[in-house]
Amino acid sequence: MLETTIRNKLAQKDILLMTHIVIGYPDLDTSFEVVRTMVEAGVDLMELQIPFSEPMADGPVILKANQDALATGITVDECFDFAEKVAAAYDIPFLFMTYYNILFKYGVEAFAERMAKCGLCGAIVPDLPPEEADDYLAAMNKHGMAPIFIYAPNTTEARMQRIAEHGKGFIYCMARKGVTGLQTDFSGQLGDHLDHCRASTQLPLALGFGVKDRADVEFIKGKADIAVVGSQAIRVLDEGGVPAVEAFIRSLR
Amino acid sequence: MDKRGYFSGFGGCFIPEILNETFEELVKAYEAAKADPAFWQEYIDVMSNYSCRPTPLTFAENLTNHFGGARIYIKREDLNHTGAHKANNVMGQGLLVKRMGKKRVIAETGAGQHGVATATMAARMGFECTIYMGEEDVERQRPNVFWMERLGATVVPVTDGSRTLKDAINEAFRDWVSNMDTTHYVLGTACGPHPFPEMVAWFQSIIGIEARKQILEHEGRLPKSVYACVGGGSNAMGLFSGFMDDPVELVGVEAGGKGLDSGKHAARLSSKDASVGVAQGYKTYFLQDHDGQMKDTHSISAGLDYVGVSPILAHLQAIGRARFEAATDAEVLEAVTLTMRKEGLIPALESSHAFAQAFKEAPSLSKDDIVIINQSGRGDKDIFTVADAFNDPAWKEFIKHKAEQYDA
Repeated sequence: MLETTIRNKLAQKDILLMTHIVIGYPDLDTSFEVVRTMVEAGVDLMELQIPFSEPMADGPVILKANQDALATGITVDECFDFAEKVAAAYDIPFLFMTYYNILFKYGVEAFAERMAKCGLCGAIVPDLPPEEADDYLAAMNKHGMAPIFIYAPNTTEARMQRIAEHGKGFIYCMARKGVTGLQTDFSGQLGDHLDHCRASTQLPLALGFGVKDRADVEFIKGKADIAVVGSQAIRVLDEGGVPAVEAFIRSLR
Repeated sequence: MDKRGYFSGFGGCFIPEILNETFEELVKAYEAAKADPAFWQEYIDVMSNYSCRPTPLTFAENLTNHFGGARIYIKREDLNHTGAHKANNVMGQGLLVKRMGKKRVIAETGAGQHGVATATMAARMGFECTIYMGEEDVERQRPNVFWMERLGATVVPVTDGSRTLKDAINEAFRDWVSNMDTTHYVLGTACGPHPFPEMVAWFQSIIGIEARKQILEHEGRLPKSVYACVGGGSNAMGLFSGFMDDPVELVGVEAGGKGLDSGKHAARLSSKDASVGVAQGYKTYFLQDHDGQMKDTHSISAGLDYVGVSPILAHLQAIGRARFEAATDAEVLEAVTLTMRKEGLIPALESSHAFAQAFKEAPSLSKDDIVIINQSGRGDKDIFTVADAFNDPAWKEFIKHKAEQYDA
């Protein structure tokens, strides 16, 4: 179970690191090399994004990666094959991140079943609020997959508690409003937000949106359990290739 | 947790968590306005004093004689301020924005008509305004970009994806998730997450309410059929709303582009190429591939070149209440030519889809039958596209001469 794995890791480390890749960006072989490098550099969990043509919650860096991956002709089947390969190769939890239409078109039940067969642990679907998620929740629960839900900075505590009833594994907390990959102010107000998050759920907390260096990760220690690095890793890959990714991940703690 | 905004299983509200509070606020403001007769009266007053409402219902005597079948009437939404039905929706949402106390509006636009209407509303009501427009549409609709900027709006060309309307919508959502405290997204058609489909249809229902009253005044009876073009579907929802409970056939006409077999079209309800999916916050028919990736669409008219369709129209098709057809680019050019020559009217290329379908059907109807075509917008914005399509030599000469003057 994802939550147990996270708690066991937290017994040994004061903060876990979760990274994000877009499968097939810039190509499948490089994606695999990035995963290998990140795992060897000490990443604890990974989000594997299945590219979607309309990624409405993603910022410019991940948006471009989605479009470039799709331009290579990557399919959902190839994303499953990729996920199966990395899950077999590396002993950390892997999650899918994608938009709901990908699951809906595949068939939500079949999607969750194949996730389980591929050795994945759960999924983050940012355009699927709990209100619309009955089929998804039933399928994910049936196949032992963790549905990861999101707390936004303006989510009320009452709603946080309702969301937490549906979530498993951990809760993904947004550090600020907006899309992924832009500047975040890691300061007092964010600490207050995380206190509200902590009070609303027993699940571990991940914090993402704008985490880009060791100082940000240090800020998160003690306030959340997992620091999520997304766009910055893609920027580093774009600028310095796979070796730069390894140095970047090692620099985070 | 409750699901909301469904019509035969189409619709819903698939939004990122960050927008949940914003939508809660919008739903409350919309429901309160709808329950307040003073709000609708204020809306009618604004539209009467600022936007030439009620728009006329024009009897097209020459077209009627030409086809020798049904009596053809044209609902003149082109006479709205800014030249299209889009004014109805933006002025309504503008009044809501005032009630919500926000200071900035954003919008997406395809053909540019919704952008011009929003920029106009923002100027009148004193809102800051940003318009997102696909780069390809910026190219196709430069005159509208010019007017939006003159009206004080910032126009942002969107260079992602297919650089058309769907990409402009995504970009507007990205702005909104950053600025929702001060900003309202004036979504331009009866699509998107709840409450937009229902709310936009409500504001546009003024078209059908007027048309029904006017045809009864003119003819003392209801039409056999009403025709409207369908991009997102807001003008169709507007006209259809007036006749929903009557024995009147509702006909929506989509962009057949280069033909339904060509793969280059934007026909979601009238072709076999679309399937049900969830994108841009709602569930409906989308032109998408096996994996759920949205496909590129094509239409001669930028305003119909959209990958999804109103969930309410998908519902009307599902229950058999509305019929959907497609008109090709070539048929549309024929229709606009005939309408100009016979009636002295220049319908927008979007609206001309409705004309094209009505022209196909009118000759076989009885002389006692009445049809209404919604002229959703005026065609002068399309002058570059139409001149290109007809390869007009005098126009090309004029453009060359103008360019030389700029270079001089």
